[in-house]
Amino acid sequence: MPPAIGPLSPGRSSGTPAEATPRTLRPGPATLTCLLATGHLSPCPARVARDVQTTRPPIGQLVSPAALPLVERKGLDSSRRPLAAVSRQPAEMAAASAAGGAARGRGATSFQRKAAAGSRLAAVAGTRPSVRHGQLLLSSGLPSLDCVLGGGIAVGTLLLIEEDKYGLYSNLLFKYFLAEGVVCGHELFVASAKEHPDNILKELPAPLLDDTYRNELGEEGTAVKSEDFQDSMKIAWRYQNLPKMEASPTSTKFGHYYDVSKTMPPELFQSINWHSFYLPEELSLQPKMKTCNMNSAYARLLQSIQRIICQEGFDGSDPQKKQKNILRIGIQSLGSMLWGDDICSSDTPEDIHSLTKFLYVLRALLRKSLSACIITVPAHLIQNKAIMERVTNLSDMVVGLESFIGSERETNPLYKDYHGLVHVHQIPRLNSLICDVSDTKDLAFRLKRKLFTIERLHLPPDLSDTVSRTSKQDLAESAKLLSSGCGAMAIGKKHLDF
Amino acid sequence: HIILLLVFQGKFTLLRDTRTDGSFLVHHFLSFYLRAGCKVCFVALLQSFSHYNIVAQKLGVSLTAAKERGQLIFLEGLKSCLDLLFGEEEQSGQPSPLQFLSEGASDLKALFDFVRTSLTPAGSDSWKGPVLLVDDLSVLLSLGAVPVAVLDFIHYCRVVVCSQLKGNIVVLVHSNEDSEDEENELVVNSLCHHSDLILWVEGLATGFCKDVHGQIKIIKRVSLELTAEKDLVQVYQYKIQDKNVTFFARGLSAAVL
Repeated sequence: MPPAIGPLSPGRSSGTPAEATPRTLRPGPATLTCLLATGHLSPCPARVARDVQTTRPPIGQLVSPAALPLVERKGLDSSRRPLAAVSRQPAEMAAASAAGGAARGRGATSFQRKAAAGSRLAAVAGTRPSVRHGQLLLSSGLPSLDCVLGGGIAVGTLLLIEEDKYGLYSNLLFKYFLAEGVVCGHELFVASAKEHPDNILKELPAPLLDDTYRNELGEEGTAVKSEDFQDSMKIAWRYQNLPKMEASPTSTKFGHYYDVSKTMPPELFQSINWHSFYLPEELSLQPKMKTCNMNSAYARLLQSIQRIICQEGFDGSDPQKKQKNILRIGIQSLGSMLWGDDICSSDTPEDIHSLTKFLYVLRALLRKSLSACIITVPAHLIQNKAIMERVTNLSDMVVGLESFIGSERETNPLYKDYHGLVHVHQIPRLNSLICDVSDTKDLAFRLKRKLFTIERLHLPPDLSDTVSRTSKQDLAESAKLLSSGCGAMAIGKKHLDF
Repeated sequence: HIILLLVFQGKFTLLRDTRTDGSFLVHHFLSFYLRAGCKVCFVALLQSFSHYNIVAQKLGVSLTAAKERGQLIFLEGLKSCLDLLFGEEEQSGQPSPLQFLSEGASDLKALFDFVRTSLTPAGSDSWKGPVLLVDDLSVLLSLGAVPVAVLDFIHYCRVVVCSQLKGNIVVLVHSNEDSEDEENELVVNSLCHHSDLILWVEGLATGFCKDVHGQIKIIKRVSLELTAEKDLVQVYQYKIQDKNVTFFARGLSAAVL
């Protein structure tokens, strides 16, 4: 069945001399060497395109309702793939052997794992290996964020959060990251110029145990059900049960839920080793390293991180240490004025390279140790956008939060269920040509009474006849900003209306 | 491969990406030149050695083996940066290639010296032409080098590698049409004017697509040869898979055929 020709023919008739080929000789996909050498596509023996059958019907044909569940089921599987609950026993063995393989093939560190007996115990608590690239993954503390990031935060990488306007929600993500570290037994390093790390750690959210979580979800579920009873779907009833990007909490040790209304009980901290860096206290000490023209606060912070990594053996320098652990580094509001940097306060800052140099050295430190880092940056205050572009290039994962507080979107009917939008600007490609980018680009977050979740943004149907032209314009404007793509793959530059 | 190399000597290839990640081209060129038997000096500023090693193994080349037999000289920017800042004073007397970081020295001379000493053929070498690969140049600007210093560095490298040693240079830069990073745009525009071949990788104008990850524009700068011809521009689309990248004409991706 030949596919619809209409939209394709303009593409075909431009450019290459290969378009004059007859129907029987269809050019297959070529390699780059072929392209550069010969200058046009020649039918390469590898992978002829016509063998691929798509299940997509030609344009204009009605899709029967029987076709829908198949498509939907595929969507479900792919969204749950990163956290697939494989049955317990083979998963443990697979995890152990994969962890062994992962340790050898790990891109973040240069560890040589000794193949010792009892090597199954070498897996680190709170991590799991990624199937894509063999890295160890950590949970960010928010399972829906883990989904968005392709399974979790890889060891040795940096997650950069662009703060929302008042820093409320980015602070929450920061605390989730640290709370997850406490629950998994990792070591923590908290750096801040604003609040003392002791106070930050006192305000971490309390973890929800499995049974209490189910009760919570049950309560929330029934509350939602009674409100939305009139909204239950009549036409798209098969979509009623689609998960909203929340992964089910499996009771394996990856990914936990937290209750924002309660603080973490102090007994969970007792076994945790944590280090703090509070800038006003550190400024009184003398710097010991060459500052290399970097802001002295950043230099001290780097020196402190490097000292902890060396002393505690996170870089593998202490082979005696049998029990490997992860260091979770959290840096709050980097780049703000309190760190002595004026990129947030002036249009032409004195030193635009300090922050990027800091990030580069931090990247080097992370790559050679068993650690992961979360940094929040007040990006909305940085006037010079060139700095944010460079910062994005030097980070692995970049997630921007945009809250609706005080903006016109607060009253926009599009967003009535949500508190803000989530923009994923970058996902890393680690040890592989491809990355785990999720299919949904339109993400929003909301803070329910106890839980913070990141969900796919659904536009409500435009059913009202009395909507005036101007408000329709507003809705169209807001809708235009969605689906603008993700930096990992491509960003469309204009909104095309189909 | 051999035929391609004989034709393509002493050339400067610019890899440029806009709104997407063009590092797959770097992996391709690395494995391509190693398989062809060239001596490669790889200045890897952004990722660790094992990252490139693992991808190269998927493409069929072992970087550790290449390093051991002297075919690959790998400068791991992240590691030498740490040695520079946290290491003890050098015993060997040779300055670190990333010297410009610590002193705020305004030129990249140490980096150039490193490239020159690694690619100058020693007596016992039997490799075909030298190749310099840089990933990526925009990082040098973030680390404090001024654009003029970066352009000088590239110029000196071209003189040595392309003209004297008849080798090739491949450099990756990031750019953006509406970018506010003027220094970066300056460097990229200048390099575009001087390149013999530009591979420009862009995201699709219509946004994210699962089956077509972007488009690549291959620009052969025939106009540089002063024969009054225009540059030859070809556009293809591509899809990146786990072990290779497939290219196809626009609109002819496997998903719609």
